[in-house]
Parts: sequence; C-alpha cells; structure tokens
Amino acid sequence: MADLSASSATGGLLTTADGRPLKAALATAQQRAKRKAFLLVLPLLLFIVLTFIIPIGQMLQRSMYHDGFSANAPALKAWFAENPQGTEPDEAAFAALASDLKLMKQEKTAGLAGTRINYSLGGTRSLFTGSARSADKLEPPYKEALLADDPKWGQPAVWQAMRGASSAYTSEFYMIAMDMQRDDQGNLERVPENERIYAYLFVKTFALSGLITVICLALAFPVAHLLATLPMKWSNLLMILVLLPFWTSLLVRTSSWIVLLQGQGVINNILVSAGVVDDQGRLEMIYNATGTVIVMTHILLPFMILPLYSVMRTIPPSYARAARSLGATSWTTFRRIYLPQTLPGIGAGSLLVFILAVGYYITPALVGGASGSLISNMIDFHMDKANWSMAAALSAMLLAGVLVLYWLYDRLVGIDNLKLG
Amino acid sequence: MKKILVLTTALTGAGFAAQAQDLTVMSWGGAYGESQLEAYIKPFMAETGKNVVAVDADNPATPVKAMVEANNVTVDVADVEFADGVRMCDEGLLEEIDPAMLAPAPDGTAAMDDFLPGSVTDCLVSTIVYSTAIGYDTTKFPEAPTKIADFFDLDKFPGKRGMRKGAKVNLEMALMADGVAPADVYATLETPEGVDRAFAKLDTIKADTLWWEAGAQPPQLLADGEVAMTTAYNGRIFAAAVGEGKPFAIMWDGQVLEYEGYVIPKGTPNLELAKEFLAYATTSQKLADQASWISYGPARKSSGALVGMYKDGKTPMGPHMPTAAENLTGALPSSYEFWVDKDSELNERFNAWLAAN
Repeated sequence: MADLSASSATGGLLTTADGRPLKAALATAQQRAKRKAFLLVLPLLLFIVLTFIIPIGQMLQRSMYHDGFSANAPALKAWFAENPQGTEPDEAAFAALASDLKLMKQEKTAGLAGTRINYSLGGTRSLFTGSARSADKLEPPYKEALLADDPKWGQPAVWQAMRGASSAYTSEFYMIAMDMQRDDQGNLERVPENERIYAYLFVKTFALSGLITVICLALAFPVAHLLATLPMKWSNLLMILVLLPFWTSLLVRTSSWIVLLQGQGVINNILVSAGVVDDQGRLEMIYNATGTVIVMTHILLPFMILPLYSVMRTIPPSYARAARSLGATSWTTFRRIYLPQTLPGIGAGSLLVFILAVGYYITPALVGGASGSLISNMIDFHMDKANWSMAAALSAMLLAGVLVLYWLYDRLVGIDNLKLG
Repeated sequence: MKKILVLTTALTGAGFAAQAQDLTVMSWGGAYGESQLEAYIKPFMAETGKNVVAVDADNPATPVKAMVEANNVTVDVADVEFADGVRMCDEGLLEEIDPAMLAPAPDGTAAMDDFLPGSVTDCLVSTIVYSTAIGYDTTKFPEAPTKIADFFDLDKFPGKRGMRKGAKVNLEMALMADGVAPADVYATLETPEGVDRAFAKLDTIKADTLWWEAGAQPPQLLADGEVAMTTAYNGRIFAAAVGEGKPFAIMWDGQVLEYEGYVIPKGTPNLELAKEFLAYATTSQKLADQASWISYGPARKSSGALVGMYKDGKTPMGPHMPTAAENLTGALPSSYEFWVDKDSELNERFNAWLAAN
C-alpha cells in the first residue's frame, strides 16, 4: 500500500531514489551502455570499412569505369554525343579524331587511349600510337589524310569500339566477361567459338567447387562423427591429426602433393613397382582437373570437419537410443533422428568449403595445369596484364554468383540454421 | 612508457628519413636478381656511399604501374620486360631518359652506337639480352635434338613437353617448327591464317604439354622427370646444368631473343640518384660483369669482349650467351611492336584454346 501511494504521489510514475523517473534513468543507463558497446566495436567497424567495404566498392567501380579513352579524346567524345548510333563517320568525325590524336601526342596519352580501345578490339593499340606519332603532319581533308596514314581508320569496328569507350562508364567489361561482343551495328552477339572462355570457366569453377564440397562432405561426415563419439583421449588424438594439416602452410601442403602425385612421384612409383600399372601407363593425377580436385579437397577438408564436429558433439546419444528402443532400424535412426540434427553443421561446412573453393587460386595455379584452372586464375591473369577493369568485372561476377548461392541457401535451409562452432 | 613511445616515434621517423634517401631498385629476384646485386648494386653502394635497397616482384611492371597511377611511387628504378617498358612509356608512366647521360664505350664510341640496335628507347635502357630456348634432359634422348621442329616431333623424341602458359614465344616457335623462316614469322602472325597455323601446330603437342608460369619451374620439371624437353629462359637451364651439374643441355635453334632493362617510374622522389645509378649500371664493364653471374648477353657490343668466366672461375661464359655467333643461327629477335599491339588479343585466344579440351 505504501508503495502504491508513493507512486501516486509522482503522478503514477516509478522513480529512483533521487526522484528521477525510472524510465528516463533506465534509458540514460542503456544509452551509456550502448555507446560503450559501440565504441568497443568501432575499431572493428573501421577496420572492416577500410579494408573490406571500400576496396569492394572500388573494385565494383573499376569494373564499370575506365576513362583511358574518354578523358583523352574530348573532340571525339563530343562528336559521338551529337551523332547517334549508326551515323557514318563524316569529315567532322575525322577532324575530331585528328585533333584528338594531336592532343594525345602532346600529352603522351595515345598509349592510354589505345590500350582502352584494344580491350574492346584487339590489335588496335598501334593504330593510336602510330597515328599519334605522325599526328602533327595531318592536314585537311582529314578523312583522306587519316585513311592514308592507316586504312584501319575506315573500319566500322574501330568506330564502334571508340563509341563504346567514349563514355567513362561502360558495361563493356561485363560484356566481354560473358563472351559477348558488339557487331558493326552495335548489336550484341556471342564471340566466335574459339574465343569463348569465360562462361565455360565460370561453369567449370562452380561445378568443380560443388564436386569438391560433396567429396569433402562424404569424407568429413564419418570423421566428425568419430571425433564426436570417441572417448576423450582418442578423440583428442584424432583432433590433432585434423588440425595439424590445417595449421600447415598452404604452399607446403600443395607442393607435397606435387611430390606425391606427379608422373615420377611417390604414388606412381609405388604403383609401378607393385605391378599395378606399367612404366608407360603412369597415372596422370596432377597438372589437370584431377589434381585440382584432390589437393583442394585435402586443403578444405578441415573447414568441413570442424563445423560438423561442433554440431555433432551437442547431439545427445539418448535420442538415437530412444529411437532404437522404439523399434527403428539403424538406417532409419540415422536418417530420421541423427542426420536432421546435423543439418546446421552440414550447411555451414558446405557453404564454407564451397565459397572458399570458388575463390581459390594458388592451388589450381600450381597443380591445375590447363584443364584444372579456375576463373580466379583468369582474374590473376588480367591483374598481371594490368587490365584491372576486366579483372574487376570478373571478380564482381564471381561475387554475384556467390551471393546468389547464399540467398538460395537462406531460402532453402535458412541462414539461422547455420552453425559454425 | 612515454619514453618508449618517443623512442619508437623517433625510430620510425628515422626509418622514413632513411627510406627517402635510399634508392629502391625493383627486380625479379632469383639468380637474375643476384647477378644485378653483385654486378651493379653492391659496387654502386661501395663507390658512392649511397644505400640501395633491392626489392623483388613477380613482374615489376605491375606494381610500378599501380604505384604511378596511385601517385605513390616508392620504387626509383625497375627492371622490366622490353615490351612492358615501351607500353608504359607510351602511357606516360615513366620518366624519359636522355641517351646523352649513358656512358660511352671504353674506346669512346657513343653509347647509342654501342648499345644493340633498338635496345634503348625513350624510357628504357636495356641491360641484357635473354632468350627463351629449348632445354632438354640429355639422358632421355640417344640422339640430341637439333632443330626446333624436333620439339614438336613426339615420335622421334618421345616424352612430355613444357611450355610457358602464354601466347608469346610459343606461337613463334610453332611457326618456325612448321617451316616458316624466322624473318617471316611476324608477317605470318599478322594474318588470321598465320595465327591459325601456329595454333594448329601447337595442337599437335597440346595433350603432352605441361604449362609453366614462373621461370624457376622448367628446370624443376626437367629435374623431376616430368618433362623431357621444355621451353625455358636460357639462364635458368645454364644455372641448373653448370651451376648444379644437372644433365641438361640447351638447343639454340628457334630461340627467341628479348631485351630486358631498367626504367625510372614517373614521379620518383630520387630522380637524380636514379639516373646516376642507371648510368652506372649500364657501362660496358658492369654489363660484362653481370654475365659472370648469369648467362644472359649484355646489351652493349663493347661488353662482349669483356665477358669473362662464370663465378666458378673455370667456365668461359662466351659460348653460353644466347648472342654468341654459333647460337644465333635460327634465332628470332622478338618483335615488341607486334606484342605490344597483339598481346591481349592473342592471349585471350590462347587462354580459350588452352581451356578447350
């Protein structure tokens, strides 16, 4: 009763000892706690923004932005803006080209502009550097002068490529990454069959990664089960056997596989001396897709075992015993009782292995040979050639592919069911 | 605590200050980097008292391009492939080099007449001529291969082949093996039919070929017995054969010669010192000195006579140079004009060809 009268004295509100309303005091205290929590995660947040969000943003921008040509050819840029797709290049267009070439010579940017056009139309770089070198001698009429300098200037494909590059923002790198090109009229078409590569490599990358994930799951499931059910002293020993390779350097593991698998390697030598295969028929287990699958499976296996193990350890054995006592066969017990409870671990392990496999590059580069290379090796190739926009476009497509799979996983299994440890 | 902080700040400050005065030279590492270290960098430091930091990259052209574009140049001199040097020069990424600053030959010949033709451009001074030639395991063949066509002849010379994963050099060798004279190789490759012809020739050994990417791989593949014959940088095969006593030999027929040299990235804070180093490193004597560490030919004519013994003190280097007269029959000087222009196009085609089964 006394409490009630006290609260009615302050208009029905509960107050703290010093008379402030309890609600406000609680809010202040929570505010402070929230601020503290925010300050504690701030370093991580900054770190992630600086090293992850910004670089990814820059990469996405690079994949759509290349001003190598547009920034160095202002006159042509203006001409393309005024004249719609399909206009025949007239004397004014060639005059713009000539003035840009003169500018390029002055500023030493013919190489930059030429390189950009070369990405869209191979073999045109020297057209720019060559004509820019003699640009000062160009006299009107420019069309004749330029065609005399190099007849390639008359090709519609060259003008098509320049039109495509006249804006700094372009979808062309994505177009190339999908094995497409523009014909002389500017319509999209597939590139000739002997130049198609990216679509095939994307499919191969996802297929091989899927295969590796499945093999990892098949190998890891019994191991994780054993780990979770063995007595402590044995499971600890087994755990060390799982973790030791996990802690060993990637390069060491990859190169030891080379020693094991190569034509004159340990495994082939054993097979030959045991008479399983003859000396001419040594198995080809490396420098091809087989090598990529074997080595990547080994490297990614712990990423499957550990989440599975952490889930299996928490499953009480009494459930399975109860099922058996109710008359279930061991297969039914496994299928209806044990397997469903391991699903969060299977999901986590598979997602982890698959995403890691899709982006892997050192292992396929070392043991993949020609048939075991993945899309990441092509990204590396473009990085090495300093064609960053192309590398960025391929990376963005890879990222998109992984995100789609993640979304699908969320729809099918539910991301809440993911359990990493 | 405060003391430590002050001390570490002072130390990092000193570190930065030292860095600003040091000259940073970027190269490829390995035996090649060592030859530069011994032949120019160490003597330069000893004579001038300046500190030079040598750093390595897989291909210095890539980080240099990134640095100049980001406007944060920390490399003063870089060693790049000739075609890359020309390309970056065109793109305005390199400082121009005045040939007048290069030292004349010992007999007084002007530098530009002494350097091999075309080996000095607006931005690049060549130091070496290297070649991609065929290295083979002498124990695998009773009769040594002598012609580039033998590389493509799996019946007469059975065994796996090794080739660099890329279009350059492979296309040229394929055409020469198919009967195209070295002088006509690039004219043939300019035509679509010529490119098809080169790929058709490569098709004949595709199933038996391993593809390497780093220069250290071919001698390793030979030593492991994975391949019987491989394209390789001649210096690597020499180092394995003479330096380590492996049973390897080089077949020079069909070798492809390329220049390699120094460039100065645009915007380097140590431009004057970089130029001084570049002039020092490219004198006739220094280029000849480098040849005693690695079997790459010096890019100056006057260096030829100064080339001496290998570092073991008993192997004369002359006959191991790709530029030795007896090795030059059937040799092809690589065309940088061709590759600067066609590089991306042909490599796309090559990648697609490689990926197709």
